[in-house]
Amino acid sequence: MKGLGETFGSGAMTNDFKSIKEADVLFVIGSNTTETHPVIGSWIKECKAKGAKLIVCDPRKIELSRYADVHIRHNSGSDVALVNGIMHVILRDGLQDQAFIDERVENFEALRKVVMEYTPEKTSEITGVPAELIEEAARTYAAGPNSAIFYTMGITQHQSGTDNVRSLANLSLLCGMMGRPGTGVNPLRGQNNVQGACDMGALPNVFTGYQKVDSKDVRARMSDLWACGDLPASPGMTLVKMMEAAGKGDLKSLFIMGENPMVTDPDTNHVRHALENLDFLVVQDIFLTETAQMADVVLPAACWAEKEGTYTNTTRTVLRVRKAVEAPGEARADWEILNDLARSFGAAWDFRSASDVFDAIAACTPSYGGLSHRRLDEGPLAWPCPTADHPGTPNLHVGKFARPNGKATFAPREWQKPHEWPDEQFPFLATTGRILYHYHSGSMSRRSAPGEFVRELFIEINPADAQALHVDEGMMLRVTSRRGTVSGKAKITDRVPPKMIFLPFHFAEAGANLLTAAVVDPDSETPAYKISAVKVEKA
Amino acid sequence: MQAIDLTINGKKIAAEPGMTILQAARKGGIHIPTLCEHPAIPIAGACRVCLVEVENSPKLLTACSSPVAPGMVVHTHSPRVLAARKAVVELILIRHPLDCFSCSSNGKCELQDVAYELGIKASPFTDEGDTCRDYALEDANPFYVRDMNKCILCGRCIRACDSLARYHAIDFQNRGIRTMVHPPVGKDLEHSDCTFCGQCVQLCPVGALSEKASTGQGRPWELKSVKTTCSYCGVGCELNVQVNTRTGRIANVTTDYLSPTAVNEGRCCVKGRFAWQYVHSDDRLTRPLIKENGAFREAEWAEALSLVAGRMTAIKEDFGPDAIGFFSSARCTNEENYLLQRLAREVVGTNNVDHCAHL
Repeated sequence: MKGLGETFGSGAMTNDFKSIKEADVLFVIGSNTTETHPVIGSWIKECKAKGAKLIVCDPRKIELSRYADVHIRHNSGSDVALVNGIMHVILRDGLQDQAFIDERVENFEALRKVVMEYTPEKTSEITGVPAELIEEAARTYAAGPNSAIFYTMGITQHQSGTDNVRSLANLSLLCGMMGRPGTGVNPLRGQNNVQGACDMGALPNVFTGYQKVDSKDVRARMSDLWACGDLPASPGMTLVKMMEAAGKGDLKSLFIMGENPMVTDPDTNHVRHALENLDFLVVQDIFLTETAQMADVVLPAACWAEKEGTYTNTTRTVLRVRKAVEAPGEARADWEILNDLARSFGAAWDFRSASDVFDAIAACTPSYGGLSHRRLDEGPLAWPCPTADHPGTPNLHVGKFARPNGKATFAPREWQKPHEWPDEQFPFLATTGRILYHYHSGSMSRRSAPGEFVRELFIEINPADAQALHVDEGMMLRVTSRRGTVSGKAKITDRVPPKMIFLPFHFAEAGANLLTAAVVDPDSETPAYKISAVKVEKA
Repeated sequence: MQAIDLTINGKKIAAEPGMTILQAARKGGIHIPTLCEHPAIPIAGACRVCLVEVENSPKLLTACSSPVAPGMVVHTHSPRVLAARKAVVELILIRHPLDCFSCSSNGKCELQDVAYELGIKASPFTDEGDTCRDYALEDANPFYVRDMNKCILCGRCIRACDSLARYHAIDFQNRGIRTMVHPPVGKDLEHSDCTFCGQCVQLCPVGALSEKASTGQGRPWELKSVKTTCSYCGVGCELNVQVNTRTGRIANVTTDYLSPTAVNEGRCCVKGRFAWQYVHSDDRLTRPLIKENGAFREAEWAEALSLVAGRMTAIKEDFGPDAIGFFSSARCTNEENYLLQRLAREVVGTNNVDHCAHL
């Protein structure tokens, strides 16, 4: 989000779903779309069937690569080099959209200078991709006429994640693939309401609608609207920093709503130590999760089907969530609990419904200003939607960018070596991720039908490696990193290249995050889940 | 564009170019029964239930696949049409069991509806040969059951897989009376390309495909439908949660391919359609819990909330507001995320609030 925010002025997905169908070229990188966003995956396949070209870049042989016109299996962590190499070919052959660049983008010369170095030969050396494939990807993407980029955590969950995103933004600007249906840079959000949680200011540096906490004017306006005293001025700690501070004893108390960091956060042993070190831990959840078990107080929450509200999806579209069944026992909607908790602190909150809360959001958030539950009951709307008669904004950056001068900027980046790389002691590269049948820490999906279908951790390993280890399908593998050890059943498949293994992270009892390092991208603080050096043994 | 004028059952209808007779009839409010047709998938013209009589055409035509032409005169319920339609349904019923009272599709079965409309009690042809009703129930996966004895070979599931799920995991197999819908030869469903999105289940007009978890959860007429948004990935699929009004429990989850408000256009995946049982899980938290001497005890809401406010206020007084942190959630609603960050900032006085956007 940060990478796109810098270059375009807004960090959200630039185009809507309808736009996908108008793309002539689909460039999918670091996104196993048919497993993590199956409906979008089906649209991508539909476009391909109707004649669009498909470029797939992923170290793993994902399902979409079966349909790819250009299939690139680059080395993990080499994304910046790959995209720079593609841009090199585009500039060398004069395939860029110079009119678009001249009119709408700054910093072109700096980009040219960085990209100059990334000849197909040099790029091939870093990425392990044959030079001809890099050339073909470049020609295909630049030819368009409308090319759209899609990415997910395969791009962001690296130490260089923000640089990866900047590189993709550079590529789209270079070819003028922005501001029209069928173009854009589209980060596909992994969770139902990541976009909404960010929009709502569940971030340490911004209020709702990305209004900065360190702005005096913004704070004054907020304390006016909230009828409260002075609001804290300095940005807070991120999730990763809070965990560190808890470990050191600087953070004394943590309130966790609907998250399970004992499973989802990097370096589980470090997380356990941090949570144990707290004076007072409160967890509000629907189950007694691995994290809730460590709490001093657990507050029972209503789940998805038991409450009213809204989610904002990956295309910035605000959608209604409706109550279908009653919550069990005394469990209550999170918003009701928070309202009463604020009152217990002595605040004069009095929200009577989720619709009431939404009206308060609209009052202090310009991009949500024209939205209400009443309006959303007629159908979803994409923000920015500043006024009650505004139709919403499905495509961003039409005509001008959201930066102060209306222009985007190239943010050229050099490729950096990943934080950790296989060596003699830890010769395999482990990457973690999602699978179709499960969701995050598994507390919902493992208690439903998919839990019976995929019951336990499996580890994808290449046939050549399995043979060298004398391991057959279904035999137990033990994987060890510098942080910890985890065991799971071998799934022998050429989906992973030799010397790489893949582990889904949904299984608390065999948590893939025992292996991962709490190393983060310094710009976004996203953990570098996609690369851990490990050793693999027959268990 | 120039409208195409035609007459159906004596009624003048202005159809759009490219429309089929079926679409034009629907536009004019005229009902023609169908089985293999579904608006979300390509036309097949397989079941012949929609046969209509078109003047000057020697043969009866399938309304679903015949385009309209100017001046066409169509009869949808003439004696000739009704006799043919009845024979078509009676032939389909040769190999369809009539155990409707125990079938999960009772009340939403389209074959039942067509038979009812035509006044058919049973097929007169049943005794005339092999009825081919000896397929074993296929229920090895936890999502849905295949009962090929009930299959009417309309092919909707195949077209749903091809054009909506885009997997082509199933197709017709064998020939003649042994024709069935199946994954590739030698593979079972669980080892095929099927990803269990269940769109075939929703489109099945009979009870050949049925959701496992819905068995016994309520008859179609006992259910109310609640339109909502899926809580799994960031696509935001519109789902219809079907709730048994008598038990207050979810019976199943469906989608609407014609809904103008559905960003997913009715498509969905295995999680959206089948991963809802956790809602009624026995181990849901139902009371606030307070830990004492290493063990949880149940507590009243008032006690739990005042304990949280009291302890946090004390920590704030001793160490300042920045000694307290808040993890919000990308799985909660906008309203809840808004209130949590506001609680942190306004009430406690810290900007230590974040959520797992990056995980």
